[in-house]
Amino acid sequence: MPSFFRILLGLFCLLVAILLLAPTLVVIPMSFNGNKSLAFPPVGFSWQWYANFFSSPDWTTSFSNSLIVALIVAVVATVIGTLAAFGVSRAAARTGGLLRALLITPMVVPGVVLAIGIYAVYLDTHLVGTVTGFVLAHTMLAVPFVLIAVQASLEVFDRRLETAASSLGAGRLTVFRTVTLPLILPGVLSGALFAFITSFDEIIVALFITSPYLKTLPVQIYSSITRDADPTVAAVGTLLFLATSLIIIAGLLLGMRRERT
Amino acid sequence: MHASQRSTGAAIEIRKASKRYGAFTALNDIDLDIRPGEFMTLLGPSGSGKTTTLNLIAGFTDITSGTLQIGGKSVTGLPSHKRNIGVVFQHYALFPHMTVGKNVAYPLALRGIKGDERAKRVRRALDMVKMADFAHRYPSELSGGQQQRVALARALVFDPPLLLMDEPLGALDKKLREWLQLEIKRIHRELGTTFVYVTHDQEEALVLSDRIAVFNGGRIEQIGTGRELYDTPATLFVGRFIGESTVLRGSAEVSGDETAMVIGGQKVFARGRLADGARPVILLRPERVALKRAGADVDADENRLTGTIAEAIYLGSGSKYEVRLSDGTIAVVRSPLGATDFVIGDTVDVTFLRSDLILLPDDASADVTLT
Repeated sequence: MPSFFRILLGLFCLLVAILLLAPTLVVIPMSFNGNKSLAFPPVGFSWQWYANFFSSPDWTTSFSNSLIVALIVAVVATVIGTLAAFGVSRAAARTGGLLRALLITPMVVPGVVLAIGIYAVYLDTHLVGTVTGFVLAHTMLAVPFVLIAVQASLEVFDRRLETAASSLGAGRLTVFRTVTLPLILPGVLSGALFAFITSFDEIIVALFITSPYLKTLPVQIYSSITRDADPTVAAVGTLLFLATSLIIIAGLLLGMRRERT
Repeated sequence: MHASQRSTGAAIEIRKASKRYGAFTALNDIDLDIRPGEFMTLLGPSGSGKTTTLNLIAGFTDITSGTLQIGGKSVTGLPSHKRNIGVVFQHYALFPHMTVGKNVAYPLALRGIKGDERAKRVRRALDMVKMADFAHRYPSELSGGQQQRVALARALVFDPPLLLMDEPLGALDKKLREWLQLEIKRIHRELGTTFVYVTHDQEEALVLSDRIAVFNGGRIEQIGTGRELYDTPATLFVGRFIGESTVLRGSAEVSGDETAMVIGGQKVFARGRLADGARPVILLRPERVALKRAGADVDADENRLTGTIAEAIYLGSGSKYEVRLSDGTIAVVRSPLGATDFVIGDTVDVTFLRSDLILLPDDASADVTLT
């Protein structure tokens, strides 16, 4: 009897997995469509939409725009979020809790509301359609993710190691560089990864503050699909899916190696 | 770290030092002098101020009032990383992301010692604690005792004139603890460094120390060698904290240089007297007391208290008895091998010399703190 339930449980898990993965996986066959339509199932086979992605300046510029913005955001948000995490975890419990709640609001507030506010401010300050504008807005959205990831690392970090390092002759900065940072690095790196992804696939705010001169990849995908149902979108989706899968697998492998040592 | 390069230990001078946390006084006006090269143990129950004192010396907390000098120089306001003091913690505090070798090299790297010299000193420090074969291991691969030995090597590798140890053996089992105590004693003898050791274990304090400072409630009750503390405790707290003891209470009659105490209807004489107004108690050490059959002869300067055996414990090296006296007090008696054996229920005389009694002012807090 137990084995019967085990099989049932296994089937159920499979069902949930399919449900979660199917929408993503549908994109892959669509990207090899022989016709210029986003139909499923696809008809025929061709690489043309991949060729189109790499040769069309619309796609390559928007991709490099997204990459530049996301990389800057990853760096800026990681620095700010890490410092914020230190502040929150080393402040008095009540103050820390309050600060944390405040810093996490960008995650909770509806994106559209944020987008309207940002757009209004950007119009006055001429930040619409600029890299600076994108970086500022996305950093705000990414900081909470870094904060949460780093704070989790700091919670398991043994602060007595800092006392020990100090007794051995290390000043505050040296303690941070040689003891604290190496030990919370997994949290910092996963925070950076979250920050990068938050910016890279952000669409709501991007739609508001974009301009014909500065489009990010999600904006390009959105405008392309609403204009002419171009299967290049599916090719882009497949490439992104592969890239993120590789990053996550690499991250998991790295984590496993770390645990073994 | 060889005999040829013995570092001279630093002296410590603490004057009128207090440490307050808001309304709570952790340390109340203490004076403490530690001589260069001395092994000084700060002994006391938890919350007595011993660890606070250590943290003040290490620079982990600031002094609220008073002065603290290390090696003749005031260290007020000097951060811990500039004090050049080795510290060993109860929880080892090895860096988990560095190998044993890297851990020990850490303080050397901070002092700009490089290459061969660094390697040589790391090896020497690990040799000293017999951990040289473990240089490439990570702390997580070591047992508690091994980790603490590495921590000791790390705290001594930069030849500090002063080593502080905060209950370093507290997390280890008894066998290992006893062995490491002897190791620490040996290393102290070899180096000539001043050691300040915090513990709540009076036996450990007796094994290790040149002198012991007994802490209670944020104050120092007494400073002295183990022998001084055991034979002539200054307070009831010290008398009870160091070694086993029986405390006799009763109504006192003072005449001349003698104090008589009536305990459950029986009279006991002690040499000496206390200052007027102090309620005296008598402290008895278990091995200064003999058991005799009730009614046996006693010498003129011997006291006698009659009671019944409440517990008889065979210890191999002798026996330990608990005797219920007529006022209900339990007296602890250690009999050497070959003395008359008694069984539970026997009526016995507990006898002891007048000169072996320790007369002390009563202090109710001494009971409370120990339970």
